[in-house]
Amino acid sequence: MESGPAEKSKKYDRQLRLWGDHGQAALESAKVCLVNATATGTEILKNIILPGIGSFTIVDAHKVSGEDIGNNFFLEKDTIGKSRAQVATELLLELNEDVNGDFIEETVDNLLRNNSGFFQNFHMVIVTDLPERTLVTLAAQLWESDTPLLVCRSYGLIGYMRMVLKEHTVVESHPDNAIEDLRLDHPFRTLTEYCNAQNMAEMTKKEHSHTPWLVIIYKFLEDWKKHNGEMPRNYKEKSKLKEMIREGILKNQDLVPEDEENFDEAIRNVNSTLVPTKSKPFWILARAVKEFVQNEGQGRLPVRGSIPDMTADSERYIQLQNIYKEQALQDIAIVTNYVHQLLQTLGRPQDNISDSDIKTFCKNASFLQLIRCRSLAQEYDPATANHADIAMHLEDTDDDDLVFYILLRAVDRFYSQYSKYPGCYGDSMEADIPKLKACVSKLLQDWGITQNVKDDYVHEFCRYGASELHSVAAYMGGVAAQEVIKVITHQFIPINNTYIYNAMKQSSITVQM
Amino acid sequence: MVAEVQDWPGRWSHLQAILERSGPFAHPEFEASSEVLSFLEDTCRVLVIGAGGLGCELLKDLAYMGFRQISVIDMDTIDLSNLNRQFLFRKKDIGQPKATVAAAFINNRIVGCKVTPYPVFIAEFHIVVCGLDSIVARRWINGMLISLLTYDSEGVLDQSSLIPMVDGGTEGFKGNTRVCLPGVTACIECTLELYPPQINFPMCTIAHTPRLPEHCIEYVRVLLWPQEHPFGASVGIDGDDPDHIKWIYEHAVDRANQYGITGVDYRLTQGVVKRIIPAVASTNAVIAAACATEVFKLASSCCQTLNNYMNFNDADGVYTYTFEAERNENCAACSQVPQVLRFSEDTLLQDVVQHLKESAAFQLRSPGLVAMVNNKNKTLYMSTVKSIEEATKPNLKKTLQELGLRDGQEIIVADPTTPKSIVFRLQLATNMDGN
Ligand SMILES: [Zn+2]
Repeated sequence: MESGPAEKSKKYDRQLRLWGDHGQAALESAKVCLVNATATGTEILKNIILPGIGSFTIVDAHKVSGEDIGNNFFLEKDTIGKSRAQVATELLLELNEDVNGDFIEETVDNLLRNNSGFFQNFHMVIVTDLPERTLVTLAAQLWESDTPLLVCRSYGLIGYMRMVLKEHTVVESHPDNAIEDLRLDHPFRTLTEYCNAQNMAEMTKKEHSHTPWLVIIYKFLEDWKKHNGEMPRNYKEKSKLKEMIREGILKNQDLVPEDEENFDEAIRNVNSTLVPTKSKPFWILARAVKEFVQNEGQGRLPVRGSIPDMTADSERYIQLQNIYKEQALQDIAIVTNYVHQLLQTLGRPQDNISDSDIKTFCKNASFLQLIRCRSLAQEYDPATANHADIAMHLEDTDDDDLVFYILLRAVDRFYSQYSKYPGCYGDSMEADIPKLKACVSKLLQDWGITQNVKDDYVHEFCRYGASELHSVAAYMGGVAAQEVIKVITHQFIPINNTYIYNAMKQSSITVQM
Repeated sequence: MVAEVQDWPGRWSHLQAILERSGPFAHPEFEASSEVLSFLEDTCRVLVIGAGGLGCELLKDLAYMGFRQISVIDMDTIDLSNLNRQFLFRKKDIGQPKATVAAAFINNRIVGCKVTPYPVFIAEFHIVVCGLDSIVARRWINGMLISLLTYDSEGVLDQSSLIPMVDGGTEGFKGNTRVCLPGVTACIECTLELYPPQINFPMCTIAHTPRLPEHCIEYVRVLLWPQEHPFGASVGIDGDDPDHIKWIYEHAVDRANQYGITGVDYRLTQGVVKRIIPAVASTNAVIAAACATEVFKLASSCCQTLNNYMNFNDADGVYTYTFEAERNENCAACSQVPQVLRFSEDTLLQDVVQHLKESAAFQLRSPGLVAMVNNKNKTLYMSTVKSIEEATKPNLKKTLQELGLRDGQEIIVADPTTPKSIVFRLQLATNMDGN
């Protein structure tokens, strides 16, 4: 029996309700690396340190500047001139005593040159404020070693985030409003037997009105199939089935229908119940499930084994629930067999995949997610860049947030040309506007795009002057931390692959670059 | 005189780039100059309501966006389960008031920032930001800001009486940010349907036909506890007392076993009893940041503000949806349109109370009703004071006619969701059947 929760589960209670103890365990054993302790960078770390990431390492060769202290919560006034990596590490560690952290005062270029395996030691690398050339080199190495990379940036009132990973699988995607898996279109034997044994004609009024809607739809569907052969398909046929169910409501002596909530529920659930049971395929587990689908499942996935709540007496509700649970256990047993066979042929031990993993996989079989991002190399090579999408977005409307992607790429081009960002505070903004405009044109030309970007955006970007506003950094820090947590826990669905935040309108888009 | 804090070179460069230069997306009234930053620092007073998950973030964000004259209110004390996201608190602070600890931390970390941890008269603020988890409190603040509005003889709003409200809310991976200009744009009450009423399980399910583990826990909480008083006759349930939760948990397990229900565990028990809403640092960071950006825009005009509602969800990718919530022309809080209640003479008072609680437009929590009957103020019903509740309870079963209420009568309703009573005009239809 469980006793009161330990201190840790109390401290993390509010998040354990989202990703569970196993998600927490994954988080606590993860090591991440942050390149550059900018405001955006430390905000990201803050939001993964608080929930209890295993450890972090900050790589940053910069010394703390007056500007840094103006927007970064993890730097203090009297630290100007000290190592930014060190000061940030110390203040970040105060957030959570369960977390380990260290720092390296070194440039990424030097690390790549002298310690080539360094970045592969992490479960994930997070990068802020890295020149394009270094970023592309680092990204290529991480891509080779299959280490997920997240690039994040806050530029004036615009935020940018890019997920770079070869392949990411999600078993527990936690879908909102998932369609239930009830198999009324292909009822399994025990379900058929149970429903057939329910004789609604002989029920008392109370029993009748507490018959679960699952049983009601089953019965009327059987009736329907007897007369029509097939399942109701279109709107008209479904409406007809609903009408049949409505006719089945008990009537009092004046022939007025009684109030039967379970029948109302049945009518409401007709549409979603009649969505045909579908399958989606995934590696050893996926392969095992595939075998199941092809053989025992007769084209269908293992039964999920849960039913929604519905008006019913406790006894019949629990009976039905058990029928689904039992069927799910049977299906899982078959899948487990396949898993063990596959492991054997691969020469791997049977406990390579645990029973609880198989169970979770089967329960989530219809929600599995596979994410494959394009590499940064593909994105940055004009030959393989996604110019078709960019052109389409530019065509679309004047208000498409994709325009900010183009401008962010343009300011990087500006930087490699002039060794500074356009319109930095203290410099002349007006002088940089035509120069940035030229960078935008060059970029569009490289991509073979004929449309242009409105001057207003170029002007606004010069106004930003590469400033990193704290509230934009904090927003991106939240969003990026959540993506890191998704990748580490293999729960919920990460972005694929570029996210642009527009703080002017509080809008955002996700695009594949 | 307190010596002015010396800023070091470059401190505000990030903000100055935006505030001292204009751009095509700035508000039409924006005048770029160094005075904008001085206004944020020295003049603009911001009230932060709530020093929890959102509040901690808001204080930090506002302080780095140039604000210094900040007040924060929160009646709560710090709990261990706050530490996974409320980053201004440490283990040693558990049991201390949130507002005081949060203010001290910010003032210590951010040079020149003056956060005061106590309420000041709300009318003294330029902008109010809410980071609350309670809808009732949010509605109350909304009502308060509306009550401060003044109109001239022609009914035109005096703009100087308007205090904008920026409101944030989170639940798990979902959240929202909105900007309300009381009397001008949609207020909280205008869009009550965006906050779905709390769902309770039907009593007959809890008592007779439990199916889910939650039903078993609710049975123990609602029915068994008041019967057995396990910790003494006058002891109510304290969700933070592990002994109380343990007792409920154990009895819920018994009930679940009786019905063959599985899935009752300690965490679920605590979740149901305390109505715990899952919370994580990242979502709070996002929503508070969006709120702080809006406060910054409102105060500086450096950019147009959010118009006026943003929904956020990052469970599946990252998703935002921005739309303009519309004013409700008959809003009970901000419309100045008299509210009407239509009933028949033989309606029972309890049905009126029920209507005020359940109708999507009002969603009152524990309405108290007063009417003028025979030239005297008569309390029809009030549940918030126990002795009055007992005295007025019999009225619930009486019809409006029996209570002496007439067509056109005013009924004044007080409720925790509003600082000002709502005046309803009663429209009574006579009972056509005659009795
Ligand atoms: Zn309103």
